[in-house]
Amino acid sequence: MRRRVIFRGKVLPYLLLAPQIAVTLVFFFWPAAQAVRQSLLREDPFGLRSEFVGLENFRAVLADPLYLNAVRNTAVFAAAVAGIALGAALFLAVQADKRIRGAGVYKTLLIWPYAVAPAVAAVLWLFLFHPSIGLIGRALNAAGMAWDYKLDGAQAMLLVIVAAAWKQVSYNFIFFLAGLQSIPASVLEAAAMDGARPAYRFWTVVFPLLSPTTFFLLVVNLTYAFFDTFGVIHALTGGGPGKATETLIYKVYVDGVQNLNFGGSAAQSVILMAIVIALTAVQFRSIERRVHY
Amino acid sequence: MATLELVGIRKSFGAAGVLHGIDLSVADGEMVVIVGASGCGKSTLLRIVAGLETPTAGRVLIDGRDVTPLEPAERDIAMVFQNYALYPHMSVFDNMAYGLRIRRVPRAEIRRRVEETAALLGISALLDRRPRQLSGGQRQRVAMGRAIVREPRLFLFDEPLSNLDAKLRVQMRAEIRRLQKRLGVTSLFVTHDQIEAMTLGDRLVVMHEGRAAQIATPMEVWARPADTFVAGFIGSPAMNFLAARLAEEGRAAALAAGPVLRFADGPRPGAEGRRLVVGIRPEHVEARAGPEALPLAVDLAEPLGSETVLHGHLPGGESLTARLPGGLAPQAGEVLPLLLPAEALHVFDAETGRRLDPLEGMARR
Amino acid sequence: MRALAEDGAGEAAAQAGRRRRAALWAHGWLALGVLVFALPIWITLVGSTHDAGTIGRGEVPLLPGSHAVENYATAWAEGGGRFRTTAAAAMLWNSALMALLIAAGKIAISLLSAYAVVFFSFPGRMAFFWMIFVTLMLPVEVRIIPTFQVMVDLSLINTMAGLVVPLVASATATLLFRQFFLTIPDEYVEAAKMDGAGPLRFFRDVVVPLSVTNIAALFVILFIYGWNQYLWPLLVVNDRSLETIVVGLSKMIGTGDAQNEWNTIMATAVLAMLPPVAVVVLMQRWFVRGLTETEK
Repeated sequence: MRRRVIFRGKVLPYLLLAPQIAVTLVFFFWPAAQAVRQSLLREDPFGLRSEFVGLENFRAVLADPLYLNAVRNTAVFAAAVAGIALGAALFLAVQADKRIRGAGVYKTLLIWPYAVAPAVAAVLWLFLFHPSIGLIGRALNAAGMAWDYKLDGAQAMLLVIVAAAWKQVSYNFIFFLAGLQSIPASVLEAAAMDGARPAYRFWTVVFPLLSPTTFFLLVVNLTYAFFDTFGVIHALTGGGPGKATETLIYKVYVDGVQNLNFGGSAAQSVILMAIVIALTAVQFRSIERRVHY
Repeated sequence: MATLELVGIRKSFGAAGVLHGIDLSVADGEMVVIVGASGCGKSTLLRIVAGLETPTAGRVLIDGRDVTPLEPAERDIAMVFQNYALYPHMSVFDNMAYGLRIRRVPRAEIRRRVEETAALLGISALLDRRPRQLSGGQRQRVAMGRAIVREPRLFLFDEPLSNLDAKLRVQMRAEIRRLQKRLGVTSLFVTHDQIEAMTLGDRLVVMHEGRAAQIATPMEVWARPADTFVAGFIGSPAMNFLAARLAEEGRAAALAAGPVLRFADGPRPGAEGRRLVVGIRPEHVEARAGPEALPLAVDLAEPLGSETVLHGHLPGGESLTARLPGGLAPQAGEVLPLLLPAEALHVFDAETGRRLDPLEGMARR
Repeated sequence: MRALAEDGAGEAAAQAGRRRRAALWAHGWLALGVLVFALPIWITLVGSTHDAGTIGRGEVPLLPGSHAVENYATAWAEGGGRFRTTAAAAMLWNSALMALLIAAGKIAISLLSAYAVVFFSFPGRMAFFWMIFVTLMLPVEVRIIPTFQVMVDLSLINTMAGLVVPLVASATATLLFRQFFLTIPDEYVEAAKMDGAGPLRFFRDVVVPLSVTNIAALFVILFIYGWNQYLWPLLVVNDRSLETIVVGLSKMIGTGDAQNEWNTIMATAVLAMLPPVAVVVLMQRWFVRGLTETEK
């Protein structure tokens, strides 16, 4: 797309673009290319020499049971976070969309957790679920349940899911509410005239009309769960106990920053890039669909 | 104040030719209206004068100086846009002052000129408002003010009245004319509205498919249209056209519908039987019986009080419109005898559409 | 006839009753939602007003205590936790500076590059546009190590520039501004040309003022984005004087021992939340608009 009327200028547009392009080249393209290069090399432990090993790093990564464990964790984590965050947000948005008094107040009270950093969200939930100082953690122990997320992997996973989903509900809520409010009242009135009961009306009329929003949010939530929740896991469990909450992104960090396994970490980065590219492509198709809807 | 001259202006976008060689000279203080249907190239021509488009060939001269390679700002021209193009985030004052500020006119001078112009246009009370707080007519005035305050050598108007309602349009039309006469600024005005063109222009340029079909005063364009396009475009309801052949050694036209009409002003050139188009304006048709009368089968009568407009068809099937005095009220289906007075006929060549005038020296007058 | 009318009246009453019940349910669910959202925050707020011993014994009551002033004073001026982290005041300053610079930087360079792409025609225009666009697919998280190495090579480790500069390239902001610029009427550009305004003048006098609402909306989103950065500061900064509050908070907790100075930690958590939450609540309109616009 372009404008009919433009300015003349041979050098100026390049100058205007220069800062953005410089940052992009130095901090995006160059590192991405390095990631691809390193994923094909193996360095000796002292970083003095490296040799070309082809896809060896990828083979090693994919054969590593710890990596497969991270894949499984990521799948469980992402599915649960997206499911809870989307479900709760849709439910609350439907309630808030009803013509009730004080809807605006609820809206304000529901959207602010968006501003809380994932890592801070983790800390807040830690205060609640800490086995010895947390309100709920202590209550669970008092009720005879052996609650300690620092020892029990399943409990740890549950906690990071809750903390990560809690923060994302606000975001989804805003979009669902906007989506609901853009459904013309006449459509709902027509369905009511047809004699459809509210619940039936929701699943046959409202939900299908919301489906572009839902699909878009699903992709956004998966992206969030994959990449933006590093802070939640780092602050809450550090991937533990026993790697029970180690997701793909966390493993890249651990292998690269702590274990200094550059080839393996780079190979994982490349795999993650492929995932992001796939998600972005899907997202763009969904945006196209939104436009045509 | 300045003269404007266009020499052989051509413009094409890719393979598509938009302007096919326009020549025009505008005298100092003259208001020339460029009129034509949409897509005829009139706006492109105006934008070439403004410097917003570069012509493919040809030159633009202001006061005899070739300005073709100059940027718009260097031409000392002001333009009033169709949608006014007022900056929404600036007050009326700032909108009007913007061009002066860029030209580094001193602040006091800017204030004086803006206030003077605002007074001239009757918008002094609006100077602090934003464009969206103004009515259509007020915006129109501000757009004019923005052009006037610059005191340019040339005014360009790009259909500035088309966004106004009918009543306001008539009022602003008169105002633009008054202002232009008073300021005496050479102006070029683009419109698709023939009434605007007739009332505003010292001269008209009637454009058709990238060419100037006729350049003349409004009365000349109306009385002696250069071709069938101009004849049909200017005047409302539009001129009637009837197929005919040259007869009686060029002294008459034999209508396809029957009668032979003798020319009042002299013979036309060409061989016997040359194919013609005979034009007559609806208001010149008379409802009278006579030997050369045409029987019009009325399809529709529109009584407008002071006059009645009849739409009907002739025996050959050609349609014809007549404007008759208000008393007459024929019904649809009636057949009415109509006379086409010889002195009101326009004769065109059927092949080229060009006007055919009487041969020199053979005219009776 | 009459029976029908009575039926109708009964129906209407029943319907009104249903509606009232439905509204009540809606209030109930929303209140529950608000409660679940507020609970962790409330607990943290309350915790930040008790002494460390009360919290350490797990005896946090549901109502605020009397140690608020000393806890916040300690957090603000000294920091807390056994790991003797930086004072919250310094960390807040670092976070604020980082968030403001990231937001302002992203907006500035996106405005410029969108302006170039939309208002000029030059060789490579589309190539550059796609280059910016592709960065959407390369978040920091997937290229940690090589980006870190670039930072080392440029000696940007432990600098504010190192925190900010790699994060200022923004495809979303550029796309948003491009979309908006395409809606600016051609006549404005033409009027500016007739007035004698060059491209930079037009940018300053017309394009930027017309973009203020978009800029405000984006600023809210980007400020929060910047404030909430975690992985990047964790990697680039190990100098305590540059610690941001989000990372600093998580470092204070360490492994989450019961013996931590939880009172100070909770006060720090509240301080860490306050600025972005305030921005969202006070600028709710811009925020909602910014979110929904950037994702279009």
